[in-house]
Amino acid sequence: MTLGGWIIMIISVGSVSTLFGWCVYKVLTTPNEEEKMHGFEIETPDSK
Amino acid sequence: MSSSTLKESWNSRVGIILAVSGSAVGLGNFLRFPGLAAKHGGGGFMLAYFISFLIIGLSICWAEWAMGRAGGQKGFNSSPGIIGAITGRPRFKYFGVLGVLIPVMIYMYYVYIEAWCLGYSVNFLAGNMEFKSGDEAGAFFGNFVGIGDNGDAFGFGIGQVGFFLIAVFILNFFLIYRGLSRGIELFCKYAMPALIVLALVVLVRVLTLGTPNPETPDLNVSNGLGYMWNPAKVVLEEQTASGSWSKLKEIVGDVSLSQAQAEAAASDSLRVREISLAEQLTNPTLWLDAAGQIFFSLSIGFGVIINYSSYLKRKDDVVLSGLAATSANEFCEVGLGGLITVPAAFTFLGIAGATGSTLGLGFNALPMVFSSMPAGQLFGFLFFFLLFLAAVTSSLSMLQPGIAFLEEAMEIDRKRSVTVLGLITAIGSGFVVFFSKDLKALDTIDFWVGTFLIFILATIQIILFGWFIGVKRGLKMANQGAAFPVPPVYGFIMKYVTPLFLLVIFAMWTTQSVFGYNIITGEHDYPSYVKDLFIEPNNVARFSVALIIIVIAFLTILTAIASKFKYETKEGQKP
Repeated sequence: MTLGGWIIMIISVGSVSTLFGWCVYKVLTTPNEEEKMHGFEIETPDSK
Repeated sequence: MSSSTLKESWNSRVGIILAVSGSAVGLGNFLRFPGLAAKHGGGGFMLAYFISFLIIGLSICWAEWAMGRAGGQKGFNSSPGIIGAITGRPRFKYFGVLGVLIPVMIYMYYVYIEAWCLGYSVNFLAGNMEFKSGDEAGAFFGNFVGIGDNGDAFGFGIGQVGFFLIAVFILNFFLIYRGLSRGIELFCKYAMPALIVLALVVLVRVLTLGTPNPETPDLNVSNGLGYMWNPAKVVLEEQTASGSWSKLKEIVGDVSLSQAQAEAAASDSLRVREISLAEQLTNPTLWLDAAGQIFFSLSIGFGVIINYSSYLKRKDDVVLSGLAATSANEFCEVGLGGLITVPAAFTFLGIAGATGSTLGLGFNALPMVFSSMPAGQLFGFLFFFLLFLAAVTSSLSMLQPGIAFLEEAMEIDRKRSVTVLGLITAIGSGFVVFFSKDLKALDTIDFWVGTFLIFILATIQIILFGWFIGVKRGLKMANQGAAFPVPPVYGFIMKYVTPLFLLVIFAMWTTQSVFGYNIITGEHDYPSYVKDLFIEPNNVARFSVALIIIVIAFLTILTAIASKFKYETKEGQKP
């Protein structure tokens, strides 16, 4: 692989990994995230 | 169902992010993307890819998330209901039919491919995948999927797809029957992290392959990565009788380069040439492929995101959730898929093995690669099992829009809706699997629905968002409850740039892939998809298009007669 190849690979993989990492951090640390009351135990409520 | 009625919703924000990213992460991330990047050269392709990501990917993604949540607040979960309600134009509900048709029709053949992934992983585990040549791998694939003749796919041995098809069909409907949070969300919560872990394990294996065969020193991981990511491509060209130069082969590795230079030095009609990044960017096919990959990879224009986000609460964040789901897909595609597939195929098979169609690379070349690799039985199993997980999370998302539509249009509960959809998709999948010769039915439906109609729906969605809902109101909708707002510049991008970019790409694609004009050389030859219908009629292709038309008619009639979608009299859904 050429130097240019290394640079493009590192920038490409690095940028998507950084974006993904930042999103994970932001999702987990942003307040008001709450588990809803109707968890997995209750039947799906659109059953009529 | 009025908005006050208790309705399904996601259990958590992480849950819907994983579900949406699970929908997006599929075979394309690990097979299609690496093949395209290698074909065009990493530098130019990635530049076009990231530009397309910013212009098409994020725009349509945020638009779909915002429209879906707004439609959910008006009591709709199906694409026709949502589009009719939030645009305030009831007739526009017919555009929404595409948002049901596309996922349902794609499911009919996708579940077949999903069964291949499960079957290959089981066969690796059973030690049945030790191929000595490409012919052996090809013969296994042909027999497994029944490519030889129609009806051949209905075999139930371990080396045939029948049993695996039934198993994945049951698994999908079992999970979808359990509901949004207890089925889709719960599965994705475990499957997506597991998929990433499996991909990381396979990645470590691939990156530590070194030079497996010292007799072919050019075939090593470094050159495999170079083939994928090097900005400039080196090719050996031959001068034709007319004086122009045509490509003979691509060259990767020092030994191959020395040999090619020696050949060129010995002949006046041969030359070694470097195709620079700038020259690559002048190739319209590169832009077409990059935009198309973003498009299909992110599941935008499928009718899935708009449906999934309709189950959100009014104040649930769609901007961050949309970005998070998108970034998860990009991480799997560029960060994992981009480092696994092509380098592995190149290291064992060279350039010839690392190029070709998505299915050829995945189900012919890669089994050969794992056969040749130390501990290949284990890593082959892991790789195909990760493809299977990716496929299940995607196929689940293709069912939910149909479930929601039938619930609303026929006013039935989820259980009945699952039953009706199960019947429809079983007939459709049975059709695709029965007509397995040359995979003609699969290929035809994939082209007309999985490519052509997706372009149409995505274009309609972004035009509705930018021009009929209006970017000001649309961005206000999107920013409600958001941890951070959509950057204001996206107002301009969503209204002007994205539709224009999409229309240009669609025009180029139609010119090339439907009307058969080569946009570089100007040569004309109708593609097989058109020939099959009008020029050299193929009955299976015609039946496949007839099936699409029948499903469109069925969904359109239901949309027309459903009292739920008569906004003026039911709920006065003017925005």
